[in-house]
Amino acid sequence: MADYKIKVRRFQPESGQGPYWEEFKVELEPSLSVLDSLLQVKDREDGSLSVRCSCRAAICGSCGMKINGQSGLGCKTQIGEAQELAEKMARATASGPRTREAGREIAGDDERAQPGAEEAAPIIIEPMGNMPVIKDLITDMESTHWTKIRRVTPWLLPHGEAPEREYIVEPESMIDITQSMACIQCGACVSSCLSMEADPDFIGPAALAKAYRFVGDPRDAEGVERLHDLAEDPHGIYDCTHCFSCVDACPKDVAPMDQIMRLRRKAGEAGIEDPNSGHSHELAFVKIIEKKGTLDESLLLQESFAPGIKGKLVPSRRAIKEMLGSIPTAIRGIKTGKMRSLPKLIPGIHHKLPGTAQDEVQAIYKHAEEHNEEFNLYIKGDEGELAEIEAEENLETAIAAPAGEEAPS
Amino acid sequence: MPTHDVLVIGAGLAGQRAALAAAEQGVSVGIISKVHPVRSHSNAAQGGINAALNPGDSWESHAFDTIKGSDYLGDQDAIEIMTKEAPEEILHLEHLGVTFHRNEEGKLGTRAFGGASAARTYYVADITGQAIMHVLYEQLMKHSDSVARYEEWFCTALAIDEAGECCGVVTRNVADGSMELFQAKSVILACGGNGQVWKPTTNALICTGDGIAMAYRVGAKLMDMEMIQYHPTTLAGKGFLITEGARGEGAHLLNAKGERFMETYAPNKMELASRDVVSRAEQTEINEGRGFPDGTVALDITVVPKKRVHEALREIVLVGRDFAGVDITREPIHIKPGNHYTMGGVKTDVDGRTDIPGLYSAGETACVSVHGGNRLGANSLLDTLIFGRRSGVDAATRAKHTDASKPSPKVLEDEDAMIADINSREKGSGRRVSEIKLELGQTMDAKVAVFRDEAGINEAIEIVARLREEAKTAYIDDHGSVFNQDLLGAIELGYMLDNAECTCLAALERKESRGAQYRTDFPERNDEEWLKHIDLEKTDDGPEISYSEVTITQWQPEARTY
Ligand SMILES: Cc1cc2nc3c(=O)[nH]c(=O)nc-3n(C[C@H](O)[C@H](O)[C@H](O)COP(=O)(O)OP(=O)(O)OC[C@H]3O[C@@H](n4cnc5c(N)ncnc54)[C@H](O)[C@@H]3O)c2cc1C
Ligand code: SF4
Ligand code: SF4
Ligand code: FES
Repeated sequence: MADYKIKVRRFQPESGQGPYWEEFKVELEPSLSVLDSLLQVKDREDGSLSVRCSCRAAICGSCGMKINGQSGLGCKTQIGEAQELAEKMARATASGPRTREAGREIAGDDERAQPGAEEAAPIIIEPMGNMPVIKDLITDMESTHWTKIRRVTPWLLPHGEAPEREYIVEPESMIDITQSMACIQCGACVSSCLSMEADPDFIGPAALAKAYRFVGDPRDAEGVERLHDLAEDPHGIYDCTHCFSCVDACPKDVAPMDQIMRLRRKAGEAGIEDPNSGHSHELAFVKIIEKKGTLDESLLLQESFAPGIKGKLVPSRRAIKEMLGSIPTAIRGIKTGKMRSLPKLIPGIHHKLPGTAQDEVQAIYKHAEEHNEEFNLYIKGDEGELAEIEAEENLETAIAAPAGEEAPS
Repeated sequence: MPTHDVLVIGAGLAGQRAALAAAEQGVSVGIISKVHPVRSHSNAAQGGINAALNPGDSWESHAFDTIKGSDYLGDQDAIEIMTKEAPEEILHLEHLGVTFHRNEEGKLGTRAFGGASAARTYYVADITGQAIMHVLYEQLMKHSDSVARYEEWFCTALAIDEAGECCGVVTRNVADGSMELFQAKSVILACGGNGQVWKPTTNALICTGDGIAMAYRVGAKLMDMEMIQYHPTTLAGKGFLITEGARGEGAHLLNAKGERFMETYAPNKMELASRDVVSRAEQTEINEGRGFPDGTVALDITVVPKKRVHEALREIVLVGRDFAGVDITREPIHIKPGNHYTMGGVKTDVDGRTDIPGLYSAGETACVSVHGGNRLGANSLLDTLIFGRRSGVDAATRAKHTDASKPSPKVLEDEDAMIADINSREKGSGRRVSEIKLELGQTMDAKVAVFRDEAGINEAIEIVARLREEAKTAYIDDHGSVFNQDLLGAIELGYMLDNAECTCLAALERKESRGAQYRTDFPERNDEEWLKHIDLEKTDDGPEISYSEVTITQWQPEARTY
């Protein structure tokens, strides 16, 4: 047993009062969860402390919240670890506010920023972000999360009559979409999403991950339609800034950003025009590095909008427009030092990597091509685990295929 | 007054399946759930769902395994229906979009399963229940014009009209605390099990037996309430489930002396003997002082090749790491038998009909009975879907041929008064609701669990009676309207006490050992006197006991050896 101090951002809608912070002392095993600490307060001290929860095991998706500013599940965050993080953050940010949440000006907030002189820093618990708060840690997921889920037509649209038996599909295709099926709709990714903060209309990580579940499903007949819909919506797949927040926040390894990137790739493959040229930009990036080892900005724009020789000989209207349009941005980039100086922008002047370095870059490409795998834990397992297993595999003799798994229940 | 032809209470697998089936019949349907539907406990089912769909497998074989598993207390007509209709249901789910595991040919693939004589368990990685439930919820969103969803609405009572038929339900809108009387021609209770009556349990916090208690309070019969499954491998403190898959993959059970004790209890099947057998073996080791000081034995997964663990047991690696701080690939984990499943419940026929016209029940709330004394793994999801669908269809058919009957406002007034009473209790006037729940859970876990005897059950009955008195003055802190979880907790306590009382009485009544009921004072199965169901009905003096026949079609009871 250990003592902890939790500091909860509370809001009691019927009190006529705004949000406020309240500290509670709790006593529990370090391996128990932050949710357990809240339940202890609720049981022993203040039954009005409100938090959605049910399974306590990271399967129902009820208990999304921010802990020390990070979005996740209360039941999946061990209190001991949360304490360590709180301390670390208190030390690191002795001079600044610890979290990035919206209502920073609320009562008692400035005191929070002060480093605890002798006392251990409290664990800070807040409701999820990017959602209206209803009461304490309970947010309005209907108006934010679920509305967006419904936006992506979240049901299978098969072609014609169902077959007499099952649909015959590639086994891998089912495993592929099982990663997005693993989503428990907890909203942690939505809470953490930076694009959503800037553009509340952004369809968002969870709903787009859900969309991939259909686009990637060979039984769905409307994949291309879906891609058009999500690509042409200004708040759709190109609204994501690739910031990784949702990947970090997701308790189920759904990696929503990866699902969005898959949607973008599929949209590119389907020849859907991308308003930001994200897909061709990505291809251009990859191609230039393969050739030169480092990024040659002078080529990036050209390759993005007018790829290859054909693109340059017969540039599309859009390519011309985009290139002309991007001149002011380029100039600004040079002025602010984000891009290298003007002379270096002349094609051909870009330096090459020294010695055999370029060969090594190419070897990386070759390896990547040969191991054309995705980040999908249902296929690969955690990276650490994998490395370990691979190391041990050499020692183990061939493992006889087990007779079968006895399933749990 | 919100009005529907069919009203489904509960939005787990049973409830959602029932609502979709009823809507297909062209009637107006409402579905109510105290939590958002996808938070329902059906999520927790990792392992899979059984169906004899493979060529070479047969429904008879599935039925026999189920009957034997039930220790011959299951009703064979119901089991026949369930196992015959299972393949069609799996295909239906596949067509709706469930991402079932495929074999190399791209067809549905199966895994083998405990207690089953063929590989007939269909699954989606380790998220079978979740995957099915989310797909059903997709369909609910798709059909939102024919099924109205009341998400985060909490039912407090059923309404019965003068003819004794069910005609509606009283519900509290959790978001704003308003009380609403719903009218319906048919009501289907699909509120899940009552695991929270025991502590610890593998069940979620919402599994408080609400449906069972609500039906009981209006006079519906309950059946097999003594049959509570204890799962052999749950984490000591919190009761989390460690899947049977671990033992399926070859993990060993060890006592504190490092002995593989199953050799003594089930030399043939060892760790893979049936659940009740393994649970009893573990509890015997613990009781006789060969367990660890924390009242556990050890599950040693380190004997399973690491690669296989990561491939097939990923979820429990995470459970061990996140919830017990143990790396199960390196060290044994402490486990013990823990409360897991409610075999009994509201007595229904094979179309979900209870004794009360217009009132139906399905899923873990109901007792058809297909599980009898002991449920086989992966049969529960099947039960929820088959009987969910059947009750949806029958409830819709009834609604088409029945005139609406308006529920009396009196039931709403009674519920308002009940809530006003809870709210009026002052802080410190009695015990905290949470304290009573804890004592109830610990009492049931100590006295009405793996091993039972008359003295222990009687003690439990006394304690439950005292707690019932204490509950009348128990106070809460929150008196608001918006998301008053404190109040809902107090109402749930009432449901839990009803469930506990019924289980205790049925356990006391059954003077034999069968399935999950093991009486140390009556250690043998006694078909002559006890091959029958115990039914319970509410009277003013508490539950009244009666019996009903077990339906036997073609499988005569035999000795049950594994
Ligand atoms: C850890 C675990 C693993 C399992 N694994 C398997 C497995 O592999 N295979 C298998 O076949 N079975 C398994 N089971 C059993 C199976 O998951 C359940 O029996 C089944 O899902 C129950 O479904 P249900 O629809 O009856 O109820 P639930 O899914 O529990 O749903 C109950 C619904 O009722 C609602 N409700 C309850 N009370 C009220 C009220 N007062 N007002 C309004 N709404 C209310 C809830 O909100 C919820 O929507 C497992 C169980 C557990 C605990
Ligand atoms: S990667 Fe994209 S979707 Fe994910 S949090 Fe960042 S902006 Fe949002
Ligand atoms: S993608 Fe992950 S974080 Fe987002 S809702 Fe789903 S489970 Fe939660
Ligand atoms: S309580 Fe279910 S996810 Fe945390």
